[in-house]
Amino acid sequence: MSEQNNPTENSLGRLVLSSSPHQNSNDDVKKIMRGVVLALLPAVVFSVYYFGLRSMLVIMTAIAACLVTEFLLKKLRNKKINEGSAVVTGLLLAMTLPPSIHLGYVVLGSVFAIGIGKEIFGGLGNNIFNPALLGRAFLQASFPVKMTTWTPTKLMVLDAKTFATPLGGFKFGENIIHNFSDYWNGLIMGNIGGCIGETSAAAIALGGFYLIVKRWSDWRIPVSYLLSVFVLGGIFWLINPAQYPDPVFHLFSGGLMLGAFFMATDMVTSPETKLGSWIFGIGCGFFLVLIRLFGGLPEGVMYSILLMNAITPLINRFTQPTVFGEVVK
Amino acid sequence: MKVSSFKHGSHPAEFKEYTEHKTLEPLPIPEEVFIPVIQHIGAPCKPVVKVGDEVKTGQLIAESTGFVSSNIHSSITGKVKKIGDFPHPNGTKSPMIQIVAEGDEEWVKVHDHTEPWGEMSVEQLKKIIADAGIVGMGGAAFPTNVKVSPPRDKKIETFIINGCECEPYLTADHRMMVEQAKEMIEGTQILMKILDVEKAFIGIESNKPDAIEIMQKSTEHLPGITIIPLKVKYPQGAEKMLIKAVNKREVPAGSLPMDVGCVVNNVGTAIAVYEAVVKKIPSINRIVTVTGDAVTEPKNVIARIGTPFSKLIEFCGGLKPDTKKILMGGPMMGVAQYSLDVPVVKATSGILCLTKKSVPYREEFTCIVCGRCVHACPMFLVPTRIARAVEAGKFEMADELGIMNCIECGSCAYECPSNIPLVQRIRIGKNKIREMKNKKS
Repeated sequence: MSEQNNPTENSLGRLVLSSSPHQNSNDDVKKIMRGVVLALLPAVVFSVYYFGLRSMLVIMTAIAACLVTEFLLKKLRNKKINEGSAVVTGLLLAMTLPPSIHLGYVVLGSVFAIGIGKEIFGGLGNNIFNPALLGRAFLQASFPVKMTTWTPTKLMVLDAKTFATPLGGFKFGENIIHNFSDYWNGLIMGNIGGCIGETSAAAIALGGFYLIVKRWSDWRIPVSYLLSVFVLGGIFWLINPAQYPDPVFHLFSGGLMLGAFFMATDMVTSPETKLGSWIFGIGCGFFLVLIRLFGGLPEGVMYSILLMNAITPLINRFTQPTVFGEVVK
Repeated sequence: MKVSSFKHGSHPAEFKEYTEHKTLEPLPIPEEVFIPVIQHIGAPCKPVVKVGDEVKTGQLIAESTGFVSSNIHSSITGKVKKIGDFPHPNGTKSPMIQIVAEGDEEWVKVHDHTEPWGEMSVEQLKKIIADAGIVGMGGAAFPTNVKVSPPRDKKIETFIINGCECEPYLTADHRMMVEQAKEMIEGTQILMKILDVEKAFIGIESNKPDAIEIMQKSTEHLPGITIIPLKVKYPQGAEKMLIKAVNKREVPAGSLPMDVGCVVNNVGTAIAVYEAVVKKIPSINRIVTVTGDAVTEPKNVIARIGTPFSKLIEFCGGLKPDTKKILMGGPMMGVAQYSLDVPVVKATSGILCLTKKSVPYREEFTCIVCGRCVHACPMFLVPTRIARAVEAGKFEMADELGIMNCIECGSCAYECPSNIPLVQRIRIGKNKIREMKNKKS
């Protein structure tokens, strides 16, 4: 029971006594969590369309594993599950996994995401890193080969059983994106190899817009993230178009859309001030381009966001608003 | 329409439609009243009547005991039945004078000047305001005579009349501006003379177009008074936010509006000044919006100070069976009541009655650091961090985070998706810090 709504006996029966305010925006954490799940549905539908029911299996496994882990850990501390954030963590984690991954790894990643990513800090609200990304980082570090074995989508006519992602292709010398129709079919509509949720930029963006319209995510983060990737990627492309990919390719490839709209905007691990959000997004963009172009990995969304998560408390501190009526120090 | 405002704030649903077009209705004189001896910020008054005394309407029954204090008058004609503790709408039991109505109404005038106010001196006018027991009618109930007497070194340049009424549901100020425009303007002119200012601004939120129109019409011939339409945003009517919107000045933390050359008075206060100076009536009436989905027939009522809430609610058709919460004031800053026996005081701007449907149980979650409270706080604080510091007992940290600047407007808790009672925690912290500071000094 919270301190509010403490019923008191009186002549009228029971009148509620509580401290002001007595009106509320009627938005709550549960609603937000449901909203995020809803916003991810288009991407889920696309993944099933491209990779078959196998991707659904991965998603369900991750959600179930996250719920069970959270339930057990809360039980250990005598607390109850309330907000349903484990569903979101599981769903987001599954979105970052290859569809063909062994389900054992999915469970392992989920346990790590909830256990080490969230509950060890005291549960939702106290975690430093985005739990889903931390779960993926754990899997990537422990089983790098399993995590980067991509299957082509069902609509691709290819002989090979495995397949390079566009970003991997770029990095390791077999560029597969050549013209506009490659862009359209591949990157924007999602008919490419990749993780469950990072194929269709359009489906992800659709969900992302929904969250922004509902005020459930801060538009400043995806805008500054995408813009800084575009600008920074564009500068390198202008310097040497033969060596570096063009900025549009940057935007629509890999997990950037998923990262920008669903991972970086995680309220708990992103700054609370408006200025902080801009800094956070630009920082993510900077690290992403750095990793993509000069790092040892083809993709940098995960690490760019985790790095910025780590310095979020610092950003909060430096962007704390000046109290009304006080002189700027 | 060009509208000014302040930064941050929130947009609570307004619910003004219950009463915004309802004409002011006088409540019949009640059979008995309970008049608290403290209805204002400052020292309590000392009763000057005894049990059994006969009193007339407008007669002084308790006199102020300090500089920041304000006289109390009888609001009906009758006999003093008891002087003792009764439930006060602030939640405590507080000393009150109970008066039972007897015989025909007889009035005592607050002054006996015969000349028009234009010919009175500033000192005479100030004395009338002090004698009449006028306090800020916006809700804080700060004695008006003190407010209009700044120290000599503080030159007042901007005089603002607050017609924002940014609290949802409340329409008392709105109806006063529409129906008592002439009285209000004259009250404003009296205050301008006292403050020795040439210009006055009347700030009105643009959700009251009829009030803005009437005010503009009634001040056409008065070049000194400007109507300022303001953006509909909560808490536009908070003194510091209003000053910021009107002349872009920020009242420094811990200072008063007079430190930036401003004085702000509520619409109701201006009318009270008019009534005291021109009609010679002390502060014994108050306009109360009786509203909410639990009231059968919401109304704007003119009530005598000391009338029990139950009489006003009866006058409005009574309560619906599933009434769950009764507030004095609006939903953002109002005080929850446990009894309907409490009387109307000078600061009672409304009685808000809500049904079960409007007061759902809200489960509290942990803070998810969404930052909405930060974006909403008009004082530019970080409410969630302050509340956390208070919860952890780190009061010095809360103080460093600026807790004492909080105006308790409720914007943060209104926005909070985790339903954290931020304002409640901040109040606890403020009280604790005040205690600590008192101990030190």
